[in-house]
Amino acid sequence: MSGLPVLSILILLPAAGALAVPFLRGNGLVRRFTLGVLFADFLLAAAILAAFDPTTAEMQFREAQLWVPALDMGYRLGLDGISVWFVLLTTLLGWICVLASWRAIAERVKEFMTCLLAIQAMMVGVFCALDLVLFYVLWEVMLVPMYLIIGIWGGGNRIYAAFKFFLYTLAGSLLFLVGLLALYFAGGRTFDMLALMDAEYPFRLQVWVFLAFLVAFAVKVPMVPVHTWLPDAHVQAPTAGSIILAGVLLKMGAYGFLRFSLPMLPDASLYLAPLMIALSASAIVYGGLLALAQTDIKKLIAYSSVSHMGFVTLGLFTFQQNGMSGAVIQMFNHGITTGALFLFVGLIYERTHSREIAAYGGMIKAVPIFGVLFAAFLLASMAVPGTNGFIGEILVLAGTFGVSGWAGTAGVLGALIGAAYLLGLYRQVLLGPVKIPAGSVMQDLRRRELACALPLLLFVFWFGLYPKPFLAILQPSLDHLMTQITQSDEAATEGLAWK
Amino acid sequence: MEMTSVTASVLASGPEIIIILGACAVLMLSLLPGPGPVRWLAGLSLLMIALAAGMSWGLAGHAQTVYSGMFTVDPFSTFLKMVLYLGTALTILMSGGYLATERVVRGEYYALLLCALAGAMIMVSGTDLVIIYVGLELQALSVYVLVGFLKTHGRSNEAALKYVILGAFSSGLLLFGLSLFYGLAGTTQLQELQMALAAQDISSPLLVLAALFLVAGLLFKLGAVPFHMWVPDIYEGAPSPITGFMAAVGKAAAFAVVLRVLMLDLTALNPVWHAAVAAAAVLTLGLGSLAALVQENIKRMLAYSSVAHAGFLLLGLLAGGPGGLASVMLYLLIFTFMTLGLFAVVVLLNEGAERGEPIQAFAGLARTHALLAALALVFLFSLAGIPPTGGFFAKFYVLMALIEAGHAVLAVIAVLLSAVAAWFYLRIIMLMYTQAPAGPARIAVSGPMRLVLFAALAGTLATGILPAWFLGWAQAAAAAGFG
Repeated sequence: MSGLPVLSILILLPAAGALAVPFLRGNGLVRRFTLGVLFADFLLAAAILAAFDPTTAEMQFREAQLWVPALDMGYRLGLDGISVWFVLLTTLLGWICVLASWRAIAERVKEFMTCLLAIQAMMVGVFCALDLVLFYVLWEVMLVPMYLIIGIWGGGNRIYAAFKFFLYTLAGSLLFLVGLLALYFAGGRTFDMLALMDAEYPFRLQVWVFLAFLVAFAVKVPMVPVHTWLPDAHVQAPTAGSIILAGVLLKMGAYGFLRFSLPMLPDASLYLAPLMIALSASAIVYGGLLALAQTDIKKLIAYSSVSHMGFVTLGLFTFQQNGMSGAVIQMFNHGITTGALFLFVGLIYERTHSREIAAYGGMIKAVPIFGVLFAAFLLASMAVPGTNGFIGEILVLAGTFGVSGWAGTAGVLGALIGAAYLLGLYRQVLLGPVKIPAGSVMQDLRRRELACALPLLLFVFWFGLYPKPFLAILQPSLDHLMTQITQSDEAATEGLAWK
Repeated sequence: MEMTSVTASVLASGPEIIIILGACAVLMLSLLPGPGPVRWLAGLSLLMIALAAGMSWGLAGHAQTVYSGMFTVDPFSTFLKMVLYLGTALTILMSGGYLATERVVRGEYYALLLCALAGAMIMVSGTDLVIIYVGLELQALSVYVLVGFLKTHGRSNEAALKYVILGAFSSGLLLFGLSLFYGLAGTTQLQELQMALAAQDISSPLLVLAALFLVAGLLFKLGAVPFHMWVPDIYEGAPSPITGFMAAVGKAAAFAVVLRVLMLDLTALNPVWHAAVAAAAVLTLGLGSLAALVQENIKRMLAYSSVAHAGFLLLGLLAGGPGGLASVMLYLLIFTFMTLGLFAVVVLLNEGAERGEPIQAFAGLARTHALLAALALVFLFSLAGIPPTGGFFAKFYVLMALIEAGHAVLAVIAVLLSAVAAWFYLRIIMLMYTQAPAGPARIAVSGPMRLVLFAALAGTLATGILPAWFLGWAQAAAAAGFG
């Protein structure tokens, strides 16, 4: 491209912001500065997307510097048609988080904004990284600001939730570290991800490494049965923390499968696909059932994430064109919709300090703009046709029915349960006679809050009605991934025997 | 001919001689009346260390074995001596304020520290079991006195007494093993001993007994399970800077002996100790990590954490080869930075040794002293092994050596226990950032203390973010060791 190290700028801009914030005076200035930096970062990400060449599966905007030459560890960056979307999503949610915390965070604003800026730099770095160690370092160091965000600015039981979040993810990612070291030695002593993707690994090694990676990614996604940190973390986290968790951090687990498990360990992926499909199907149904039983809005949405992310892993391990495109679309959509839902829960909570579903009613009448927008995001989460959620779920289901009837049935069942709890929430909170918790005032959306919600709404309908540009950029990279998987044919016959 | 070899020997041991002369000078000057001279003794000690470091640097290019094969200057010993200099210098810098608070400003403190350093240096350079033993005793005896330096405090006296008894016991084990080796092979010099052992049947009961005593004595000095009992009591009772000194310098010297004896020279013994040390490493890591979870005294917690780190270091020993050796050396360097950094914070939080050092002392530190809390945050995350700090890279490289050697199971155990260990470091971070401050006290950070904190921070971050240079140095030293 133009020769500028754009990805480095994209990463270093918020990082530099994080270093500058402690020297600013006054909370108002800190907020505006953070917003400015993160918005500039978003514009840069949008510019990168605009300059992205959709005709190739090659990594673009590549940068490479050796970091530890003795170990062939490098600072290697690049984007393909998949990761470019996650960079956009991360930067979009970044500045929305600042707006969402404008009033909600009144204490230690400086530290909070430093955390937001730092975590954005790390998250963008994870999606750009083309070096295993760089990826790992960013992946793990990301826990630190998130841990502080939950632990310092969270709800009443925040310390427990922060510990649980940190230790679950740490235990998982340390196994990932062991797995990646095994790949390093088997793949020719390099941490260059592209070189490691081209290397061939013995089947037994692949299975062990796949299992080690599985623990790390499954905790992040999260898949049943290692999802129990999620409701705690979400409920205790401040709104911005929930948006980042749901919008970006959960995606990283699925992104890990896409970037590592599938292309590097294709034989093991095919061999263990039945396990993955079974886990995903149970996450869809079990997560949905748990969501159905919740009386707390935030918890309900947290469990719905478990169910919705189940569709992502289900789609990935069908190895069907439809299923995999659907999975990636679902990942992006889930970030938008669930991010928006957590934003709205935060707005409600800011006004009334209650998250009990039963305490609310008739919001569409009481606060019409709020009500209509909330309704739109609920419908998108339900995957109503015309919204972004529909495309992803339908493609995943189409792919799943191609390989396994019962998993497809579980998916449909999960979608039905999803409709049940989301419609239940919709009916209780938005329809019926007006009801708000005693002693609180329910104001309609302010301009700042609209500015958070509208861009997300734009994506809901853009991808719902005209997903073609999205798919066009995605397709070459997905095709490339498919060939990487199917190239390992001898194990394919062995692995696919289960069908 | 004779004359030149004597000159060469004296020259090669120049750094040790400088330190010992420095110790003597400090001791003499400490007899001068009045509090004035004491203030300069710390500076004099630092100057001596700087001179010794300069000389070691100068000698680094000429690897040689002198004193009839009893003492060596090689890249391995140079690397570790640099770690010792660093650890001792940081200890001296953080001691001034502490001694003043505890009202024990006395010159012999610095003389003893220099003696301990000299002992540790001899341990690092010795290639004869007797010389190593002499260095070890010189270091241990100086540290016994330093541990009991707070004469009016029961805890300090108790710790010193325990340390003397247990230390003497472990020295006994070591000496017994050593004498058996001498009986079996007729020499105590490591190279000759290895040659003699290579010719013998390695499974003869007497030889196994000798090896077991040797290894047990060494594990005692490292504080590895099942010989770890002394660590928490003595870490708790000792003056805080001395605890830091033991954790950093004492550990580095003990590991230097273990590495040289077991890994570089007596390789024939490998089959005898390998399984036993593997079990000890896993138990050390496990017990250290689990016991630290329930400690309420910061120094006791750091003692168990130090036990856990010793377990991780033993894993590097098990990995073997130049990779394993380099990983342990690098770990020792990085550990010195991060652990002394944290001990500096503990020393600053000290409100009189009489009252102990509760973990609660960290409560609300982020509100009262934001910068100090941020520094402690970096050291704690580094100890927990979170990137991009040096602690991460240290663990990363040990794991790498383990996997390269095919010990994947040990690597998995190690990482799972590391996740457990992260809890108690995080607990302190939570205390600092979420609790209300315990007291309104202002902590005055003196100039030397600033220097300690800055050096430790710079080292912790540099080894994590730009590890290439440190790694290259350790790898070159390790490769030279394996010749």
